[in-house]
Amino acid sequence: MISAEQSTNLTGEKVLNTEIQHHHTLYAESIFKIGNFSITNSFLNTLLVIFIVIASSIFFKSKIKMIPGKFQNGVEMIFELLLDVFDSVTGSRKRTLKFFPIILSFFVFILLNNWLGLLPGVGSIGKVVLEHNEKIFIPFFRSGMADLNTTLALALIGVIISHIFGIITIGTWQYLNKFINIKALLEIPKNIIKDPTVLIINPIKVFVGLLEIIGELAKMASLSFRLFGNILAGEVLVASMIAILAFGLPIPFMFLEILVGLVQALIFAMLILTYLTMMTSAEEH
Amino acid sequence: MDIDTVMLAKALAIGLGAIGPGIGIGLIGAKATEAIGRNPEASGKILISMLLASAFVESIAIYALIIAFSIK
Repeated sequence: MISAEQSTNLTGEKVLNTEIQHHHTLYAESIFKIGNFSITNSFLNTLLVIFIVIASSIFFKSKIKMIPGKFQNGVEMIFELLLDVFDSVTGSRKRTLKFFPIILSFFVFILLNNWLGLLPGVGSIGKVVLEHNEKIFIPFFRSGMADLNTTLALALIGVIISHIFGIITIGTWQYLNKFINIKALLEIPKNIIKDPTVLIINPIKVFVGLLEIIGELAKMASLSFRLFGNILAGEVLVASMIAILAFGLPIPFMFLEILVGLVQALIFAMLILTYLTMMTSAEEH
Repeated sequence: MDIDTVMLAKALAIGLGAIGPGIGIGLIGAKATEAIGRNPEASGKILISMLLASAFVESIAIYALIIAFSIK
């Protein structure tokens, strides 16, 4: 990236030779502000995705028939495939169907956001602003998941609902015992005569339970950073390829990005499903 | 920090951070192809598991890339 240099113009004065800089920042740039809340370019993308989802739901709701046409057939085939994939995580079709709405919402939202970031115009159409004496190019649209705020919010939602569903499904006592294992402490005086090893094992179980709390934070961090990193790295990669040779060279990388968008959306949804399954299943001995 | 140290830090961050995941994905691919060779009928399931595991391993390299981006 060439930064602002000084050069001399024809009359011999020193002038600032600014070139418009295209930075790929880690944070999403703000387009305009409503009060104190800044609307960023990736937020505009997520609004676009929400609009598409709501519009297509309303449009297709009246067209669902018992004997499906071609489009409904295709969508039903995709749903069957997804149900099978999710079955391998939960183990039973009944459980998959119970969690399917929220997991599918995650999947569709992230997938549409990822793919919408590949359209022409996203990342290339924008405005030039003057900041710190340099001209910086700010695109109007940017992939929705290329902003850590979005992915962190989704990860927080996913992990917190797994806790809430855990409390609803297995009750507060069992849920509490997953983290602060009071049951293991209470069992020491009960079983100490029959099985003396319980004196050593159960305190270890208590500490493992406490470490699980840190594990929850690690889940949120890894979910958000995985999605954010993959999408941002993809954007930077395609932008770099376009900078090298804009005709033909980015094509395999665009295919890679389509694949990565699909795989990352699927992984996010499957991980949330895994956490939901783990928290809603009682521990068996 | 002057510009040379910053460049060196970025290069080391992503360079060293990609060694582990590279070996990891190689091992996953090796075991997956070996399993497909033994049992070609299960290749669909094995392929899905391999892609899933590779995505998890790759995210470690992505963490290193994020650090490389955020070093100024």
